[in-house]
Amino acid sequence: MELTDIIREENLVYKKSPLLTDNVMHYCPGCSHGVVHALIASVIEEMGIQEKTVGVSPVGCSVLAYNYLDIDWAEAAHGRAPAVATGISRLHPDRYVFTYQGDGDLASIGTAEVMHACNRGENIVIVFINNAIYGMTGGQMAPTTLVGQVTSTTPRGRDVKLNGFPLKITELLAQLDGTGFVTRQAVHTPAAIRKTKNALKKAFENTKKEKGTSFVEVVGTCSSGWKMTPAEANRWMVENMFPKYPLGDIKDI
Amino acid sequence: MAEIKLMKGNEVIAEAAIRCGCDGYFGYPITPQSEVMETLMLREPWKTTGMVVLQAESEIAAINMVYGAASCGKKSMTSSSSPGISLKQEGLTYLAGAELPCLVVDVVRGGPGLGTIQPAQSDYFQATKGGGHGDYHLLVLAPASVQEMNDFVALGFDLAFKYRNPVMILADGVIGQMMEKVQLSEPVPRWSREDIERISGDWALTGRQKGRERHISTSLELDSYKQEIFNHKLQAKYRLMEANDTRHEELSCEDADYLFVAYGSSARICQKAMQLCREQGIKVGLLRPITLYPFPKIPTRTLAERVKGILTVEMSAGQMVEDVRLAVNGLTPVEHFGRYGGVIPTPEEIVEALKKQFIGA
Amino acid sequence: MAKFRGAVVVDTERCKGCDLCVIACPSGVLALAREVNGKGYHYSEMANPDACIGCGNCGPVCPDSVLTVYKVKVQ
Repeated sequence: MELTDIIREENLVYKKSPLLTDNVMHYCPGCSHGVVHALIASVIEEMGIQEKTVGVSPVGCSVLAYNYLDIDWAEAAHGRAPAVATGISRLHPDRYVFTYQGDGDLASIGTAEVMHACNRGENIVIVFINNAIYGMTGGQMAPTTLVGQVTSTTPRGRDVKLNGFPLKITELLAQLDGTGFVTRQAVHTPAAIRKTKNALKKAFENTKKEKGTSFVEVVGTCSSGWKMTPAEANRWMVENMFPKYPLGDIKDI
Repeated sequence: MAEIKLMKGNEVIAEAAIRCGCDGYFGYPITPQSEVMETLMLREPWKTTGMVVLQAESEIAAINMVYGAASCGKKSMTSSSSPGISLKQEGLTYLAGAELPCLVVDVVRGGPGLGTIQPAQSDYFQATKGGGHGDYHLLVLAPASVQEMNDFVALGFDLAFKYRNPVMILADGVIGQMMEKVQLSEPVPRWSREDIERISGDWALTGRQKGRERHISTSLELDSYKQEIFNHKLQAKYRLMEANDTRHEELSCEDADYLFVAYGSSARICQKAMQLCREQGIKVGLLRPITLYPFPKIPTRTLAERVKGILTVEMSAGQMVEDVRLAVNGLTPVEHFGRYGGVIPTPEEIVEALKKQFIGA
Repeated sequence: MAKFRGAVVVDTERCKGCDLCVIACPSGVLALAREVNGKGYHYSEMANPDACIGCGNCGPVCPDSVLTVYKVKVQ
C-alpha cells in the first residue's frame, strides 16, 4: 500500500483544530502551552461554542494566546484575568468565559482575584498552567517552584527559609464553596492528554450547567526555564512535580 | 414630568447610572463615596433594568471587572476615592491602552497616603496627566453641583463611547456628600444586543460570529514601531477631544479686572468670594473649567489678555495652576491659593489672597 | 485481527523539532531529520513509514499542531 492511498481525507484520524489560527506559536519547542491551546480549541470546536466563547489571556508566556485561538479575547493585566472574566461573564451570562493563566499570574500576583472569583462561584472556567517557573521573564522563581529547584532568582535552589514553600493553590481553591470542579492534570503522554481534554470538556459543560467555577490545573514543563530538553523536562516533571502536585480530580460536585 | 429631588451627590451618581442605561457597576467601599454602591444595592437595578452591581474584593478587581465589561461594549463604571483610585491606575492605563470606554468616579479626599476622609482636590495631576504609566489621558469632567453629578454620568458615557476612552468624573468629598436639589434624568433603556452591534460592533467582544475577524481587547504591541503608530493615534484622539469637547463656564467675566480659575467645590466657594469682592468694588470674574482634561486653554488665554491677574483656587498645594500658567504663558500674573489636606477654603480668605497677591491691601 | 496502516504528514516548516512526537510514537515511525527547516530546526519526519499504524498518539502531543494523521484498515 502506497502512502498516497493512506493520505486521504476519508482516512483522517487527527488534524489541527480549525479553531487554531495559522499563526506560528511563539512558544519554545516542546512547550506545554501549545498542547493545552490545541485541547481547548478542540473542546470548543466539538461543543460548537466558538461564537459564544470569550477567552481572557494573562501576562506571562501565554499573553499572546489570542493570536492562536480564533475566538474573541481580552488580554488582562497581570493576575487580573479572573476579575476581567467576572466582568465579561456577569454581563454576558450566556457566554462561555475562560481564563488561561500561568503560575505567576494566577498563584502570585493574581492570588486575590482568583481566590475571590472562585469564592463567588463565577460561572467561568479557569485554566491554570503550572510549570513552576516564570518563563516569559527568563526563568525566575514562581510561587509553585519546588523546594531546592534552581531558578534565576533561586540560583542555589528554593530555600524555604528565604522563599517560603511551594503554593498548592489548587487545593486551596477546592476548599471554596464557589468551585464546582477542581482538577489537576498533565499533558506529557497521549493518555494524560486525553484526560486533560475530558477535564476541559467537563469544565466548559459545567458553565452551561451553571455549576460555579471550574478550575483545571495542568502541570506542565518549561524546558527552556528548566534548562532541559523537552523529553528530559517531561521525565523531571513526573519525578519531581507529580509527588508535590499529584494528578487527579480534587473536587467534583 | 421632571423629577426633582433633594439628594446627596453620591446617591445621584447611582440614580443617574441606573437611569442612563448603565450595564454594570463594580466597586469597593471607601469613604467618602460608599453611598454610590450602597444606593445601587438598595435600588436593586438588576430587577428592573438588568444592570449588574457587584462588590468586588478590591479596587483593583473592580476596575478589571470594568475592563471585562467594557470589552463587551457594555456601559460599565466604577467609583472610588483617592487611595482606591491609586489602586485603579493599572486598570485605567490598560483600559486607555485597549481603547475601552468606561466611567470612573473619583470622590477625592485629602492625601497623601491614607490621608484624611475630608474633601480635597489634590488628585488633579493623577486625573488629568494620565495617572498610570504610558502616554495617555482620561477625559476628566469636574462637577460643581449635585445636578452636575447627575448630568455628567450620561455625558461621561457618551464621551467615553465617542472616543473609546475612559472618562473620569473628578468630584470631591463636598460634592459627594452634600445634598442639593436635583432634576433627575429621564430613564433610558439599556442598550440591546443590536444597539451594541451598531455602536461597538467592530471591536466589542460579543463572541466571534461567522464572517468577522476575532475581536481582541489588548494593549500589547511588541513591535515598537507599531506601538508608536498606535500612540500617534491616541494623541490624535486627544487633540480631537480638545477641539470638540473642551467645556468651561464663565461667570461675570465681561467687566472683570481679575479672574478666579477654580473647578468643582472651589468654584462654588469662589462664586461667594467673587460677590464679596464686587461688594468691595473689586471686579472679579470666574472661569470654571468643566473638563479638566482637555483643559480649556483657549478661554483661559483669551481672558488672560483682558485681566490684571489670575488667582487659581484649589483644595490642593497647587496643581491646576500649572495648566493655567501654561495656557496663560506669561500674559498676566497667575497666582495660586489653596487649602489642602481636607481643609476647605473660606470665601473671605480667598478674597484676602486675591487682594494680597494683586492689589496690595 | 485487523491490521492497520497509517501515515503522518508533518508540516515541516512549522515543526520545532522538540522530539515529543518521536517519543510518543509506539512503533518507531518518527525521527528527527538530519536536515533543518527554514528556522533551523531538525524537523520530525516518517523515518520508518511502513511501521505506522495510524494510532494518532503523535498528533495531540505536538505543541505546534503540525501533525496530521491518517489510518486505513488493511485486510
